[in-house]
Amino acid sequence: MNIDKNIKTLIVKKPLKLDCGKTIKDFPIAYETYGSLNKKKDNAILVFHALTGDQFVTGLNPITKKDGWWSYAVGPGKAIDTNKYFVICSNVIGGCMGSYGPSHKDPDNNKVFGINFPVITINDIVNAQYNLLEYFGIDKLFSIAGGSMGGMQVLQFISNFPEKSKTVIPIATTSNHSAQNIALNELGRQAITADRDWKDGNYSSSNTSPGKGLAVARMAAHITYLSKKGLQEKFGRKLQEREDLKFGFDADFQIESYLRYQGSVFVDRFDANSYLYITRAMDYFDLTKQFKGNLSDAFKNTKAKFFIISFTSDWLYPTQENKDIVIALNSIGADVGFVEIKSDKGHDSFLLDVPDFLNALKNFLDKSYIEN
Amino acid sequence: MKNEFKVIADLIEKDKKVLDVGCADGTLMKYLKDNKNINIRGLEISKDKVQECIAKGLTVIEGNAEKDLKQFPDKSFDYVVLSQTLQAFLNPELVLNELLRVGKKAIVTIPNFGFWKVRFHLLFKGTMPITKALPDEWYSTPNLHMCTIKDFVYFVKSRDIKIFKSLALNNLNSSLINENNLGIKNLFADLGIFLIEK
Repeated sequence: MNIDKNIKTLIVKKPLKLDCGKTIKDFPIAYETYGSLNKKKDNAILVFHALTGDQFVTGLNPITKKDGWWSYAVGPGKAIDTNKYFVICSNVIGGCMGSYGPSHKDPDNNKVFGINFPVITINDIVNAQYNLLEYFGIDKLFSIAGGSMGGMQVLQFISNFPEKSKTVIPIATTSNHSAQNIALNELGRQAITADRDWKDGNYSSSNTSPGKGLAVARMAAHITYLSKKGLQEKFGRKLQEREDLKFGFDADFQIESYLRYQGSVFVDRFDANSYLYITRAMDYFDLTKQFKGNLSDAFKNTKAKFFIISFTSDWLYPTQENKDIVIALNSIGADVGFVEIKSDKGHDSFLLDVPDFLNALKNFLDKSYIEN
Repeated sequence: MKNEFKVIADLIEKDKKVLDVGCADGTLMKYLKDNKNINIRGLEISKDKVQECIAKGLTVIEGNAEKDLKQFPDKSFDYVVLSQTLQAFLNPELVLNELLRVGKKAIVTIPNFGFWKVRFHLLFKGTMPITKALPDEWYSTPNLHMCTIKDFVYFVKSRDIKIFKSLALNNLNSSLINENNLGIKNLFADLGIFLIEK
């Protein structure tokens, strides 16, 4: 469990019944805020992080000492302008940056949960986060935004709380996790659980961690965040600090070295069991099924203004899956805009410096706020 | 704003719900939103134009009229506007049917191939006509199915589509088209504007 003075937490006293049937109470939600809430409390934006993100959206992440995951989009004068808006983000439950998760202790037996932590869903995650609105006394958010798994939370949030946000921005996401995406997540989970140091999830008691498995999971996932073209342009067949092939299994190619590096820095900041839990929550996400096969019904009670964004080179959450959400909204006459941004940077485009994306996001928010 | 848009805007009452198909940079949408309190949506194929619309605060969906109109329910808009693009579709009849399904009424404008300048150009120069409404060379034009005002009137009548109002536009002047003056208007208008319903 992370105990750090840099982590703000809200202890949720109210019991929360989870989809798995279990109930949790007195649990922490770690959060961070940027900008300031105005007197009318009408300038708040709730941002949802993706699989490996956390509450530290922008600026320096005080734990990892790296830039926040959405530093390109959020900050003073940026697309989500913290001079104007009050940005709130919390670590998902099941996570490892201070919110209730598998590295916490089970109050019943005072042992670290490990895989005895209840399996959580996207629905549970947003229901837990809803407590932040009450905590800040915000009756209605100006916007909710997030990419990838953050986008799933956006969709689930507005479905659960249809009157709680004026605008809704799901980015590079889906209304239900595809077989391909479940398969890719399973690959990551298998890499973790195959690591001897995973010890059925009880690695904390032996002071080890399945670093190798988690690194492989991250490496595999990282490939899916990029596009073939992006990889080819950045790395091609360039060799890593050597003139020629070495006829061995060291990292001959730059791409190998890059992936190994990505894997190794990830294990320093992420908990393997959290990776299992959060990928599971993504796999279980099927908003269409929650509404008996009619996705439109998920949004029938909201008057919010939607803006959906996808990226041309994103093969993980391709344009068509984003467009399916647009179609569901149009079929009930909802207020929905949609743009597909041209980018070679793959699924990761929403996290990167992609000017067309950042401009669209900024324009949508700022114009909607004026009309507010 | 071009005169065509003023004529279109005059056909639409205040406070209505309107879909602008092929809304380009959103000029007409913005005018309708600001001046007539129209609940306006746009469909546009060009990414750059979609960005311009977003910068104007307009709700636009990036998409293709031939594929993406089907997601809108029947009669979900009071008016659907299609400005000077019918002739550019692979299947204009299909698009026209979709406009009339989605909208209670549709406003369709067409560049008139019967306009005297077009006829003169072909007759005397012997090359494909280039006019203000038809600015592209034959090899780069997006237009696939050019028609005249007369063609369009005959076509909609043959499909049992009701014409509420037909207007001929020549530079800044718009005038009503009726059965008696159809031949003359077909010669002197460079643009036809039709308010139709099915």
